[in-house]
Amino acid sequence: MDWVNVLVQGALLGGLYALFAAGLSLIFGVMRLVNIAHGDLIIFAAYMGLTVVTFTGLHPLLALVFVIPAMAIIGYVLQIGILNHTLGDDLLPPLLVTFGLSVILQNSLLEIYTADPQKMDAGVLETASFPLGELQLGVLPVLTFGIAVVVIASLQWLFYRTAIGRAFRAVSDDQDIAQLMGLNKSHIFGLAMALALAVTAIAGILLGIRTSFDPSVGGGRLIFGFEAVIIGGLGNLWGTLVGGVILGVAQTVGAKIDPGWQVLAGHVAFLLVLAIRPQGLFPRISG
Amino acid sequence: MRVTRTSQAAKIAAILGAGVLVVLIIAPWWAGRADMRLMGELFLYLALASLWNLMAGYAGLVSVGQQAYVGFGGYMLFALTIFAGFPPIVAIAGAGVLGALISVPVALLIFRLRGAYFAIGTWVIAEVFRLSFAQISALGGGSGSSLPVKIVRSMADGRLAREALSYWLALGIAFCVIAAVYMFLRSRQGLALTAIRDNELAASSLGIDIWWTKFIVYVAASALTAMIGALIFLQKLRISPDAAFSVNDWTAFVIFIVVIGGIGTIEGPIIGTLIFFALRETLADLGTVYLMVLGVVAILIMLRAPKGIWGLVRARFDLQLFPLGYRVVSDKVKGD
Repeated sequence: MDWVNVLVQGALLGGLYALFAAGLSLIFGVMRLVNIAHGDLIIFAAYMGLTVVTFTGLHPLLALVFVIPAMAIIGYVLQIGILNHTLGDDLLPPLLVTFGLSVILQNSLLEIYTADPQKMDAGVLETASFPLGELQLGVLPVLTFGIAVVVIASLQWLFYRTAIGRAFRAVSDDQDIAQLMGLNKSHIFGLAMALALAVTAIAGILLGIRTSFDPSVGGGRLIFGFEAVIIGGLGNLWGTLVGGVILGVAQTVGAKIDPGWQVLAGHVAFLLVLAIRPQGLFPRISG
Repeated sequence: MRVTRTSQAAKIAAILGAGVLVVLIIAPWWAGRADMRLMGELFLYLALASLWNLMAGYAGLVSVGQQAYVGFGGYMLFALTIFAGFPPIVAIAGAGVLGALISVPVALLIFRLRGAYFAIGTWVIAEVFRLSFAQISALGGGSGSSLPVKIVRSMADGRLAREALSYWLALGIAFCVIAAVYMFLRSRQGLALTAIRDNELAASSLGIDIWWTKFIVYVAASALTAMIGALIFLQKLRISPDAAFSVNDWTAFVIFIVVIGGIGTIEGPIIGTLIFFALRETLADLGTVYLMVLGVVAILIMLRAPKGIWGLVRARFDLQLFPLGYRVVSDKVKGD
């Protein structure tokens, strides 16, 4: 029973990792951009949530009403103002510019909020649990996983059932021809980044309720998201959820064996997938 | 008409460079201790930056995980001197050999990732190294350990002699790295590398083995980075997983140096290192603000002048201090 519990908790943790990964997967899918600052943006969203909660006294989940639109606007401006100028055949500019952004974000947060770990107080939600058979499930992890499923299902629907999704897929397939068909490439990219950062906002708030965070932990979140994307296979959002679950399970199993191995076990699972099936489990596009 | 590699500017630069090198070699007789420490650190960063530039600027291997080898080299210095009883100098060479060995399986794995995903993959590897070394209690686990006094004393008699030795080692490795990069780029393999940089598809259709060429660069750069890591922690005398595998110290700064100086040139990292240290010595008191300024400068350069400062100079004056390319010059014939 103990082990079943470990597996279930790991799978639920995977929901959070899938949320870290969804934004990353989305922007790579649309514009082949890998955002090194993604993890720092998650932490930035968490701090934004903390600020809203501190000033308004709202519940952290309600703070999403402010944080989601704010992050979406930041995403659009960031894409139009900076990132669009880096896209092209050369891979170096977007990589180095987002790396620079990561350093700026991290140090700005350090300057404003200091290095002290922070946490958002979500009241009873943090400790509430319900029994399922012989297991005791936390409400927050189940809620997080549910949100991850809803977010991914919505993104999937948006991508394949709406006009904007068609535009995303068109610029993804061939930017120049999409332009000829009357799509404004830089606007579409801006919208994709806005959407990605809206998802990042959700991920940041849920992270901030679940664990404590400080300005330096962004890199680690980027790596978890990245591993979930690669394990699941590039360009496949449901695959990303599976990747997150595998990563989460690997981590909780590692932690069960020895607390020092938690993160290491996740990395090892990722490297194993890379060794055995480098294209990921369910690839949809080639890198 | 004839085709030549060298130029007047390159000859003058070589003579001046040799002069500067001699002045630097005799630094222990003219420089103060603080200056020597600073210069030693500068040389180590110069070596790291030159190697990162070789990987990213020429081989297209953009790594944000070279701290894996810096830290690995540092830990190997400690392990080889403390447990195997090697003299520190031998241990530095040993760190290079072990760095090359460990980089082979790493390359086999992460070469499966392309482009930016390769970059994050290298970071995962660095994290695996950090977490693994934190588990080794013989090397101090998560809190790290210090180099025993006996080993430090065995390097040379007296503090001054030790400091001079570690300064010369830093200067030596910086010189060797730049010379090696230069010789490599002028060789047949280097020509293949330049072809890959310019157009991967065209290069492979001419029969260049892209995977193999990149692999050689990765392993060589990793081995040398591990030796630099050993030297860094021979200067610091104390190692811990967080310091050894710091992405800020050993990768972010190195990337800034190369981007600011000019990526894809040998001169770039040299200029970048000088600017980086000048900025650091004047702005370091600002702490986090200094890092933010560095980030902004790097982004601006990447957007406005992607070839860096040396790229601007070269576009304006057609200079190349380390002659790599060929140029056609017309000989003046008398009576023509």
